[in-house]
Amino acid sequence: MSLAARIAPLRHVAKNMRVDLDLIAGMIAPGTRVLDIGCGDGPLIAHLFRTKGCDARGIEIDMKEVTRAVARGLPVMQGDADIDLAHYPDGAFDYVVLSRTLQAVGRPRAVLRQMLRIGTRAVVSFPNFGHWLVRWQLLARGRMPMTPTWDRMWYETPNIHPCTIRDFFDLCHAEGYAVERWLAADEAGHRAPWRRAPWLANLFGEQAVFLLRAKR
Amino acid sequence: MEQVLSPLAIAHQHVVFEEGLALDCGVHLPRLTVAYRTYGRLDAARANAVLVCHALTGDQYVAETHPLTGKPGWWEVLVGPGRAIDTERYFVISSNVLGGCMGSSGPRSPRGEGGDDQALWGTDFPPITIRDMVRAQRRLIAHLGIERLFAVIGGSMGGMQVLEWAATYPDAVFAAIPIATAAHHSAQNIAFHEVGRQAIFADPDWQGGRYWQSGRTPARGLAVARMVAHITYLSEQALTRKFGRRVRAGSSVLGPYSDIFEVESYLQHQGSSFVHRFDANSYLAITRAMDYFDLAAEHNDDLASAFAGTKTRFCLVSFSSDWLFPTSESRALVRALNRAAANVSFVEIETDKGHDAFLLDEPDLARALSGFLAGCAEHARLA
Repeated sequence: MSLAARIAPLRHVAKNMRVDLDLIAGMIAPGTRVLDIGCGDGPLIAHLFRTKGCDARGIEIDMKEVTRAVARGLPVMQGDADIDLAHYPDGAFDYVVLSRTLQAVGRPRAVLRQMLRIGTRAVVSFPNFGHWLVRWQLLARGRMPMTPTWDRMWYETPNIHPCTIRDFFDLCHAEGYAVERWLAADEAGHRAPWRRAPWLANLFGEQAVFLLRAKR
Repeated sequence: MEQVLSPLAIAHQHVVFEEGLALDCGVHLPRLTVAYRTYGRLDAARANAVLVCHALTGDQYVAETHPLTGKPGWWEVLVGPGRAIDTERYFVISSNVLGGCMGSSGPRSPRGEGGDDQALWGTDFPPITIRDMVRAQRRLIAHLGIERLFAVIGGSMGGMQVLEWAATYPDAVFAAIPIATAAHHSAQNIAFHEVGRQAIFADPDWQGGRYWQSGRTPARGLAVARMVAHITYLSEQALTRKFGRRVRAGSSVLGPYSDIFEVESYLQHQGSSFVHRFDANSYLAITRAMDYFDLAAEHNDDLASAFAGTKTRFCLVSFSSDWLFPTSESRALVRALNRAAANVSFVEIETDKGHDAFLLDEPDLARALSGFLAGCAEHARLA
């Protein structure tokens, strides 16, 4: 199935289901053990179990979301990524997923380290603060950007650690993580064509998805 | 003798295991009786059995009118046709715990258990543990021809049994739901139990535990024990919401010897209705079993190793206003299960009803239970 065909129906539910879930699922092999951090009421977990036979579980900080997920029969526990990842043993999962949450955690670098300790691979998606509209708004108006992606006022946003695609490449390099795959996409999930040019992806991609592996 | 205990001497459905049971204390109980009830039908594959474990003062009458009190079953809000634990889908089993007083072997059963020796155990009944209770349940399950339970569910002391089941017989438990419980009884919990026990000991009618001989039961002491315990089951907000500082109608006399506040008569009612359905020596034996419970201590002080390699799917539930088994205890269990890389769901339900909430109509609890069970049924490929 073509990517466009796969993504098209998602556009209609974009308000309910974050559009990068399909992009993330595309990076995960069938039948594997997956931990989804910040899983909400569990759409990715349900998707991975039903379509790929994965043993997928989740952690979510918001108790209302957790209750909804458990009521849907999904294995989700209430917990805080900044604290609870430390309790898992090394290599407990094949993939640890952090979907659009990295920018909201207290210690992103520590969370990434935990992810690649408890999982063989990490899948990380985040909204790209390097997008041209963000840059333009800051340059032209001199105020914090307000875009469809960055849509909360600076004083009430949960996104306390925004970063750009190039920033994330730098962090992976500094921490010794191998980037096995990466892509940039727009809000609707359409993959951006600037696969070989991170600086272009950083300008035109509204979100990015990375598949990481710890280097030995 | 039978006349004395007549309110308790009802015929309960039961099974006798002549070979008895080896207890943690080293004593071999010569004959083991397990009283139980079942609801729904066991499917052809014997795969849909759900064991419901009762709490300290509960019993096997989960989803039917209680034969002694005439009140609805203690978990009818959750167990029954079309309920969260759906008896049209699952075969629900509940047994009276070892040490109880609703038909299973305990202090008020005869030493001979139907044999020649009709003298009651009384305080000579050997000390029991939560693990002993679970071993007795395991006998019952085997007797019913079930190798693996689809789920084991219970709140409070019932939750302790769930944890013990998962730790002792991991292959026999597909899903475990410990509700409002902990991996051990805290010093505060033991302290409250001790107040209750001392109240029973202090009642002259306790008579060293041989009260059946005189026909006078330690009702005052047992009622006080229940009153203290009942306070711990409620939250401060719930007591305030229910009674506040309201004064009883017609109480005009100010003084330390008259009942003034509504909360007092409520507690007294809780105490006096309890003594008609419970045996004081059973209360002593079971509170002790709870106090002894320490799952980590049974596994070299490492709670995670109690669940090492487990394939059981867990769902832990706590209640925001429960201060007897607070959320922090459930979270400690969740973290131990995480260390064991177990499959665990965990919700804290927002309520002001305290520890008692697990017995009450809490819509979020019902939703979580039925959803979790349905999800597990999908994984277990239950029809």
